[in-house]
Formats: sequence, structure tokens, C-alpha cells
Amino acid sequence: MELFINQVLAGIATGAIYACMALAIVMIYQAIDHLNFAQGEMAMFSTFIAWQLMQWGVPYWWAFLLTLIISFAGGIIIERLLFKPLAKAPVLTNVAGFIALFAIVNSVAGLIWDFTIKQFPTPFGSSPFLGSQLISTHQAGMIGVTLGLLVALFLFFRFTRIGLAMRAAAAMPESARLVGINTSWMVALGWGMASAIGAIAGILIAPVVFLEPNMMLGVLLYGFAAAVLGGLTSPLGAVLGGFLVGIFENLVGTYIPGVGNELKLPIALALIVIVLVVKPTGLMGRAVVKRV
Amino acid sequence: MSTIQESAAETQAAATVDAPPKRAMGLGRTASWAMLIAFLVLPLLVKNFVIFQVTMVLIYGIAVLALNILTGGSGQFSLGQSAFYAIGAYAAAILIEHGGVNYALTLPIAGIICFGVGFLFGFPALRLSGIYLALATYAFAVAMPQLLKLGVFEHWTGGVQGLVVTKPDAPFGLPMSQDMWLYYFTLAVSIAIYLASINLLRSRSGRAMMAIRDNEIAASAMGVDLSVYKTLAFGVSAGITGVAGALGAIAVQFVAPDSYTFQLAIALFLGMVVGGVGWLPGSLAGAAFIVFVPNIAEGISKGLSGAFFGVLLFAVIYLVPHGARQGAIYAETLINKFRRS
Repeated sequence: MELFINQVLAGIATGAIYACMALAIVMIYQAIDHLNFAQGEMAMFSTFIAWQLMQWGVPYWWAFLLTLIISFAGGIIIERLLFKPLAKAPVLTNVAGFIALFAIVNSVAGLIWDFTIKQFPTPFGSSPFLGSQLISTHQAGMIGVTLGLLVALFLFFRFTRIGLAMRAAAAMPESARLVGINTSWMVALGWGMASAIGAIAGILIAPVVFLEPNMMLGVLLYGFAAAVLGGLTSPLGAVLGGFLVGIFENLVGTYIPGVGNELKLPIALALIVIVLVVKPTGLMGRAVVKRV
Repeated sequence: MSTIQESAAETQAAATVDAPPKRAMGLGRTASWAMLIAFLVLPLLVKNFVIFQVTMVLIYGIAVLALNILTGGSGQFSLGQSAFYAIGAYAAAILIEHGGVNYALTLPIAGIICFGVGFLFGFPALRLSGIYLALATYAFAVAMPQLLKLGVFEHWTGGVQGLVVTKPDAPFGLPMSQDMWLYYFTLAVSIAIYLASINLLRSRSGRAMMAIRDNEIAASAMGVDLSVYKTLAFGVSAGITGVAGALGAIAVQFVAPDSYTFQLAIALFLGMVVGGVGWLPGSLAGAAFIVFVPNIAEGISKGLSGAFFGVLLFAVIYLVPHGARQGAIYAETLINKFRRS
């Protein structure tokens, strides 16, 4: 029983990261109706920036904050420069753009910081949390930061004017424009926020998976799985999906023999396919109805 | 949030691909014969290594063509072509090394296996909008190397080590080097697949696919069974990619899980965009691009090819959105001008 609780808690901790990634994916999807395949690579790059700042002697939390600001600005710049002109282009062109971004970011990170694995510090330490043997303080920290982020986002979207404007721009761009919302900048803002959320996910997971240019490939896949499970149209669903996927991954790894680390990615694949077969709209998504 | 999205936005985004008209999908008669003769004569003039490289161009050309049928033909995307390429390659390698099957026979078998996998895999994803297929195939491509490394199959796949494939000799005692024979063999296969693909797109099924590409709702109103034709296109594309993979395994003489990562899927996708979506001969231009450009980029700095690919991809989608087709059209008008004057 203790093993079970232990694994569930560890699953919630990694699930927190998947929830962040899924949230970033869903935010962009809501804003522009495309999946950002470069989301993981952007997060990886942000994590490298944080690492570099710390190498230069910036204290952890300052580096964290600076990285968030840089990522936010970076996301907006990418949207303004590269993807705004593609807003009316066919889907294929957009997918090509994301793939191009993926290749560039991955390769540039490799060029600057090379492909060797790097240690990434954690501010929480890795001693047992509150004296219990169940989870480490870093895992507890991961869950705490994610929950804090969720509450902040919820308050932002629910109670601020700009949050309302972003929701309006995502749901009904035409009508939002008519009431005076600058929808184009709302999309840019969405990019910036998604990029910053990705940065948080990257910084939190880096002490666990170690820092290298390909570290987010698997995490992004789980982020996608979480987003699909929760429903691509529901931010809350994405978060729920993230936690569920994290728990599922850990339990499958523990209780089904022969499924170890080497099957990590195929599990995510299987999960995506199963959701698409059984409940394509996800747990909390809504079916998209097209008007002819 | 409303359940019905705004109709204005929907109609604008109706077409997923900016595709060419049907008759523009092939190449003119003169140009075709000129290309064929050039390909037949080429190996007599160059060194063995160059022959090998051109063989690889043909093989990637087949793989890009397969993606082109799917995207240019039916308007669906796949980011997982590397996975089908890998399945084809492993099928061929295992059949040759463990089963002692003749290498030429492994191609259709690889094709059929990949068609089956593609058909089954595509079915759930294709009931939904194109973005789900992109997502599912992305997952497939990323997970593929790990699947190939699985301990359970290690006896067959050789695990991380991979498998070595013996290169076939020229049959009937023909006075040819192995490379040259393999080149002509690949050329024959590519021509057959090219002709078959052109015919497929001209057939009833091809028309149905293109109707889906141009307007899904209108196509279904005309009685086209969307999921069947989409899945069919996906299966055919996967099957052809499998044949390319099998040829690739025979040509490179080696298969290993890490040769078939997501990078390969990116390269094939890039090849299609560079060659021009929906223009089948462009696949060859795209393939030449993905074979030769990384060499140049790696020559400048190691690990640069990804960035190089990415920047070029952006350049193509911004400057020449129809890829090599645009170049070909330009050349054609130039020649016509020349003739008239």
C-alpha cells in the first residue's frame, strides 16, 4: 500500500510538469487553432537560459524570474516576427513553421551549449518532504509551484479585463474585434504566456531529467497526451489530464512487469491513440461543430 | 464559449493546403523523357560514391512522394513518416537476415506491412480534424526508436545494435558494381511508384481525395466517404514510405533505431515543402535537398544542419510557398517565351 501511495504522489509530481506543458499547448491552440510542436524546444531553450544565468552567478530565484521575463518576451517576439504573417495561411504552412522553429531551436541550443548532459540545481533540496518517506522536497515543490501557477492563471483569466479580452479573442475573434479588442496582440500575449509557462515546466523538470537539448521531447509528448486526454479546448481539462497522465505513467511502470523506462514514450503514444479511439473530445473538451 | 465557431473564420481556414490543379501534378512529356535519360546515363559517368548518393536521393524521393500523395493529394499531414520508413527498413532487414528472403521480394512485403499499420493507425486519428493526425503521427515518430529498442524484439531487431544487411550482387552475371546495380534497381522501383502514383491521383479515388483536400464538407455532400478515403490515402502513403524504407535498408546495409528519429520525419516533411506540395516530380528536388544540404551545413559547423533546415523552411514558406514547382513554372514560361521569339 505504501508503494502505491508513493507512486501516486510521485506521479502527481511529474504530472504537474505535464500539466504545465499541456496548459501551454492548449493556450496556443485556443488562441490560433494550431498545436505548437516547438513548445517543448522553447521550454528547453528557456531552461538553458536559466542555467546560463546561474552559471554567471545569478541567484536561483532571480534567474527564475529573469528567465520567465525573457521567455515571455521571446514568445511575443517569435509570434510577431514569424507567425503573425502566417495567421491566414493554410494549416500546412503553419505546421511547417512550427517544425522549422523546432529544428532551429533544438540545433541552436546544441550549438551554444552542446549536447552533453548538465546537472540542474533545485532550490527545494531533495531530502524527504516533512519527514515522510513518500516524496522529496523537490517533488513537493514542483506540485506547489504548479498549483500556485494554476490559481494565478485562473484569477487572471477570471477577474482581470485583459484576461477577459484574451478569452473573448480566442472564442470569437470577429466579435471581439468589433467591441474594440486588439485580437492580434491578444494572440501575441498568449504566445508570451505559453512560453513563460513552458519555461517554468522546463526549470522544474530539469533537475529530474537533466539538462540537454533533447530533454523535452518526451515531456512534450506527455504534454500532448495530457492535452488530448483533458480535451484540447479546455485549459482545466489539460491540467487534470496532466496529473492523470503522470499518475498513470508511474503506476503502469510500477505494476506492469516489463514496462520500464524504455517504454516511456510508447506509453504516451498508446494513451493518445486510446483517447482518440474512445473519447476523441477528451474528458472536458467540447465537440467542435462546423457551420457550413 | 460558443459551441459553434464563427463561420467567417471557418470558411477562411477551410482549405488546409494550397494545392495545385490536378493536371499540374505531373511533368510534361519532353521533360519526363529528358529526366529519364539523364538518370539512365548518370551512373556511367560518375564515381561509386556519387552513385550511392543519387540512389539515396531516389529513395528519399519515394518517401517524399509518399508524403506528397497524402498531403498534396488528400490534404492530411503526417509528421510520422520516419516511423513507417523505419518499419519498412526493419521489415526488409529482418526478412533478409533472419528469413533469407530475396531482397527484391522484401519490398512488396514491407509495403504491405506498412500499409496495414498505416491503415490501422490512421483510422482513429482521421475521424477528427487534420491536426489530430499530425499529433498522433508526431507521437508515433517520437516513440518509434524506443519501440525498436525493446528487449522483447531484440532477438529479431538486434536491439540498440541494429542489424547489418548484406548488399545484393548484380544478377545474371551482369558486369556491374553492386552500387550501380542497386542504383538501377532503385531507379526501376521509383519509376514504377511514380507512374502508379500519378495514375492513382488521376483515378476515381484520386479525385475523391482531392475533393476532400479542397473542401471536406462539399466532398462528403457529394457522397465521398471521408474516413475511408482519408485512411486509404494514409495507408497508401505509409505503404510507399515502407518500400522506400526497405530500399534504404538495402542501400545503407544497416538498420539501427537511432537512424529513424524525429529528425528524419522533419527532413521528409521539409523535402515535401521544398519540392512543392502536390507536385509529384518536386519530390525528387526535395529529396536532393535533404541529401545534399546537411552535408554542406555539417561542413560549416557540426550540428548546424537542424538550424539550417529550419531557416530554409521559413525562407521557403515565406518566399516560395509552392517550392520547386514555382521554379519549374518560371522555367516553363521562360522556355515558351524563347520559342516564340
